[in-house]
Amino acid sequence: MSETQTLRQWLLTETPTSRRHAKISAFYKGWLTLRSNTMAMIGLGILVAMLFVAAAAPLLAPYDPFVQDLGNRLAPLGVEGHVFGTDSLGRDILSRLIYGTRITLYIVALVALIAPIVGLLVGTVSGYVGGWTDAILMRITDIFLAFPRLVLALAFVAALGAGIENAVLAISLTAWPPYARISRAETLTIRSSDYISAIKLQGAGALRIITKHIWPLCISSLIVRVTLDMAGIILAAAGLGFLGLGAQPPSPEWGAMISEGRRFILDHWWVATVPGLAIFTVSLAFNLLGDGLRDVLDPKAGE
Amino acid sequence: MALSENNSEGRPIRAPLFHRFGPTVKVILGTLTSIIVTLLGLLLVTFVIGRIMPIDPVLSIVGERASQANYDAVYLQLGLDKPLLVQFLYYLWDVIHLDFGTSLLNARPVAEDIARVFPATLELATIGIFFGIVLGVPLGVLAAVNQGKWIDQIARVVALIGYSMPIFWLGLIGLLIFYGILGWVGGPGRVGIFYVDVVPSVTGMILVDSIIDGNWAVFKDAFSHIILPASLLGYYSLAYISRMTRSFMLEQLSAEYVTTARVKGMSEWNVVWKHAFKNIRVQLITVIALSYAGLLEGSVLTEIIFSWPGIGSYITTALLSADMNAVMGGTVVVGLIFILLNIFSDLLYKIFDPRAK
Repeated sequence: MSETQTLRQWLLTETPTSRRHAKISAFYKGWLTLRSNTMAMIGLGILVAMLFVAAAAPLLAPYDPFVQDLGNRLAPLGVEGHVFGTDSLGRDILSRLIYGTRITLYIVALVALIAPIVGLLVGTVSGYVGGWTDAILMRITDIFLAFPRLVLALAFVAALGAGIENAVLAISLTAWPPYARISRAETLTIRSSDYISAIKLQGAGALRIITKHIWPLCISSLIVRVTLDMAGIILAAAGLGFLGLGAQPPSPEWGAMISEGRRFILDHWWVATVPGLAIFTVSLAFNLLGDGLRDVLDPKAGE
Repeated sequence: MALSENNSEGRPIRAPLFHRFGPTVKVILGTLTSIIVTLLGLLLVTFVIGRIMPIDPVLSIVGERASQANYDAVYLQLGLDKPLLVQFLYYLWDVIHLDFGTSLLNARPVAEDIARVFPATLELATIGIFFGIVLGVPLGVLAAVNQGKWIDQIARVVALIGYSMPIFWLGLIGLLIFYGILGWVGGPGRVGIFYVDVVPSVTGMILVDSIIDGNWAVFKDAFSHIILPASLLGYYSLAYISRMTRSFMLEQLSAEYVTTARVKGMSEWNVVWKHAFKNIRVQLITVIALSYAGLLEGSVLTEIIFSWPGIGSYITTALLSADMNAVMGGTVVVGLIFILLNIFSDLLYKIFDPRAK
């Protein structure tokens, strides 16, 4: 019978034959739901395109993003050879935008790794162990949650010194508490379920239970939250760059590019406008995808 | 117990006063403890930031060419020889007395500086939240009532753009269009150069001061300067407020008492505003308090763009010139207000919304 089955039927089966089959099948069904959401697919498309641009930056960029051409500074949009014009040092804005995708992706990827992992650790330990550990960890989480995020990030960067890595650290430090809250809530519901008791009876220790049986179940709600947070992370990073506390010149970071173009905004508007559009497009893409993913992975939280 | 039940008219049954406020004392006590712990945490974090700062506080006071004896004297004076815990207690003591040290830039007490710049931020954020409420709440209600129709889509797009747009960039574009090209609004700053220091500062909020002084020319000028940054901030709170209003309203509109009211033949206007909307008021106020706190924070970047002399500009300027006392003081004040607004909204919710019990 399996010979006549198409791949699609195999993926959509109601009776999976193995664990992997069930996993792949669930994944495929989720993908189908996501695919029917046009907005989410637009978001995904933009992000895939961005990944491609970042990977192929040296091939796509018409110029070196750092090479100055003072004879040709502040050239307007659409000038011969410079689609988006040039900045105050005559550097090609399009090339700088293209290389800037790498920086944005780098920041986003690092924060998206650090913050949820820290949150997951704190949240699951807090939820599983309970008692005083829980009380103390959750107090700390609340304190960080109560902070205005941008101001806290500013203060951290001030203490650590300006730069991309420190900006990442500062943003992560302000971004982890919601993840801790989410994973704690998930852990509390999972902890008391029968299958955890069953594993306990088999002699599994706390470490094994947390890492093998609780973490996997927290992942999907964390992914949704991360995707929805991405836009905020990009905006925060761009804000720090704009204030001169993130990526340092001559780095083609988008926020820093806006900050540089700000001086010429009234006469040469495109220098600041174009990188801003790039930031807007990418964070919009993350928001669209995040909304779609939420509907797929976490239907309860949807509107 | 019977608090959440509704009678046939769809109105919540009111419990006697003492029932409603009996548990309140307990809530308030619990909240007080959490305020104190959170504040201590906030101060601990700023203290630690101040300690890991790569700036020698002694050097920044005595200068690089001071003698060793001078250096040591200031070192002892600042209490840097004491254990960290004792230093933290000193810090607490100072903060409780609103003493944030003196600014390295202008040698004035940081607390005074903050008191001087804060009204500017307050003015900006207050007008911003006003825009957010006046436009955001009706938009959210309309979107919920017309779920899935074009107005709902518009509300969704408005919010999405608000969530995705870098505020400092939108500010720049706003300046370019409305000031640079159209000339409809005043440029950066609080008032035009001819109106600086014309009205005596009573509240520090120039719109209020000019009304008190009866100087309408200043009021008009100040208004033309504040309208753009305030409406930008307002747009951000609008995005959040309208989304939250929409989801609160959807929840109410699907409740049975709404169906009952409709079956009785009550007009749609009364169903929406007199029944459903009444029940989301408390939730709404908490959301508004939260987004007001968010505006105080969001004003940091906006103030830079509009050269607005508020607390955001103050912190950033201090940051770029390594004026640590000013940065820490500003952070503590913003954090404090943020926490208080958070707790206020939480408390409000617990006291006035029986469903939260």
